Amino acid sequence: MTGTPTRRRWASRRADPAAQEWAGDTREFDLVKELLVALVVVGVLCVALAGLFSSPDDRPITVARWAKAAPGDFVATAVTELDGTSRTASYGPPYNSFPGAGQELGPLPLQRWGGVRARVDTAQDFVLRPLREVPADPVLTGALSEWSSAPAAVQMEWATAYGDAVAKAPGGDPGAVAPGDYGPVPLLMTRLLGLGQTGALDGLLVSQDRFYATDYTKPLLFLADGTYLEDTARAQNLGGDQWGMMNETGSWPGQAWLWLYTFWYQVKPFSTSDNADALVWGLMAVLSLVFVCLPFIPGLRSLPRHLGVHRLIWRQHYRQVEGPKRPAES
Amino acid sequence: MVSHRLLAAPIDLHRPAHYVHWGIVQISVPNLIVVGLLVLVLVLAVLLPFPRGGGR
Amino acid sequence: MTGPAGPARSWTAYLRSRAVAALPPEKLLPDRQPAYVASWVYVFGVLTIAAFLLALASGTVIALEGPQWYHGSSIGLFFNSLHLWSVELFFFFMVIHLWATFFMAAWRGRRGLTWVLGALSFLASVGTAFTGYLVQSNFDSQWIATQAKDGLNSVGIGAWFNVLDMGQMLLFHVLLLPVALAALIAGHLILVRRRGVVPPFPAAGASVPDPGVVAPAERRSGGASS
Repeated sequence: MTGTPTRRRWASRRADPAAQEWAGDTREFDLVKELLVALVVVGVLCVALAGLFSSPDDRPITVARWAKAAPGDFVATAVTELDGTSRTASYGPPYNSFPGAGQELGPLPLQRWGGVRARVDTAQDFVLRPLREVPADPVLTGALSEWSSAPAAVQMEWATAYGDAVAKAPGGDPGAVAPGDYGPVPLLMTRLLGLGQTGALDGLLVSQDRFYATDYTKPLLFLADGTYLEDTARAQNLGGDQWGMMNETGSWPGQAWLWLYTFWYQVKPFSTSDNADALVWGLMAVLSLVFVCLPFIPGLRSLPRHLGVHRLIWRQHYRQVEGPKRPAES
Repeated sequence: MVSHRLLAAPIDLHRPAHYVHWGIVQISVPNLIVVGLLVLVLVLAVLLPFPRGGGR
Repeated sequence: MTGPAGPARSWTAYLRSRAVAALPPEKLLPDRQPAYVASWVYVFGVLTIAAFLLALASGTVIALEGPQWYHGSSIGLFFNSLHLWSVELFFFFMVIHLWATFFMAAWRGRRGLTWVLGALSFLASVGTAFTGYLVQSNFDSQWIATQAKDGLNSVGIGAWFNVLDMGQMLLFHVLLLPVALAALIAGHLILVRRRGVVPPFPAAGASVPDPGVVAPAERRSGGASS
């Protein structure tokens, strides 16, 4: 072929048989009718499925419901928020700058690169600030002063000791905790539990002095730090190690298209790695790129030809072009 | 939760799903049905004869 | 082009003439198709479009009444169900369409970008469905949000895309992602019309292109059947 390399490439592309205008046999077809028929067929299917099976709508778990159904778990969680040992308190970005926190993708500390853009101070936001809103409770006010005037090391001792005692109490019942030196922590927790059970804590966590609120970061993080939300989810096989990403509440079909994303969490090294989320995201990003760029990847782009399903799809065409087959031909 | 009354769905899917276990794989029966239907419909679409006609 | 008088001065006329040259009306809305388009696998593209339109329509009705409507209304729950099942059907038909176009290697003949836009549409659909689950305002939303945050936070995206912020997720689901998805689908469809439906692989043992394929010099002008 003559011409510059670019011209030769363009020329060879134009000569690609699959790129030519089709000038062979054609048939009539009606694009608009096809779309309307499709709309009717899919519409009927949709109405039938919606009428037969409806859709799930499990009630959300409020902080009030959590505090009433599992007061031990509520208090145990609240103590870890106070002493900064909860999952959220030690999460790192985007909620806080806990030292050393944050997953890495190989050498890349991507989580830390995201920065702290949704700051949460668990002790203040989940415990102390809501308690300060309680009016006309001098005993509580005294306990809050005792807490805030104590050195950090003493605060930590009180909270840790109380957290351990709640864990050892029969049934995790905060009312059955063994006597000990817990400072004002038991009173703070009892008041917070009461606030939670009335529903006031739901409002205080989400409004944060604003009237209109659409950001549920704080109440959701608080709920997720406990076990009640997770236990409820695991009872319906929604946990990460239960292929939960694919599942739906009740007996509705879920999101089968997430099968490959959730698969990695079931196998090593992901299932035992501290960086599992970052590793799975990285891997799925690469696989998605392969999927998008399939036409340009040698080997993969030739796979369909070898698989041969196209011979079934275009069998009418091949019968016409190749003529009747001898029995020996495949 | 909504009180269904007259518009209640005839098939109640509020109960927990059954699961099929195979090695590390765990799939809900509803999802398995969907995947099975996907494969079945693809196979049928490839194999079922398509009406000829309207050609020139 | 515009006329015999030389380069067009009008940007509008230039745009129009380029658009019509790339996609003349008989190619945009053809009423004939190659005879090799003779398999039921070919209907899954239009079925996917139909399901998408139904998802948009049912979503529009829900948007008219607000995201909490269906918790307390039987009719609202029915439209919520229509929306859920239209999306399940959308993914069902799209996956079959994807498998079929893979088996046909439908990216051949300068159709690589068609595949790329289709694949991106699939990924955008997953994102749109994901934000949909987040704005159900029920237990499922709570669980999905608190789980998904870990994946997104681990790679720094969570700092900008906060799945715990229902307001942000609602706007992504109702506006930003559907617009992006519709644009990707529109681009995909335009390319299908522009390039035509991919022809079959050359027949077994064929040393020349199949009948119907003409050399560039013999190609007829104008919009032949797609």
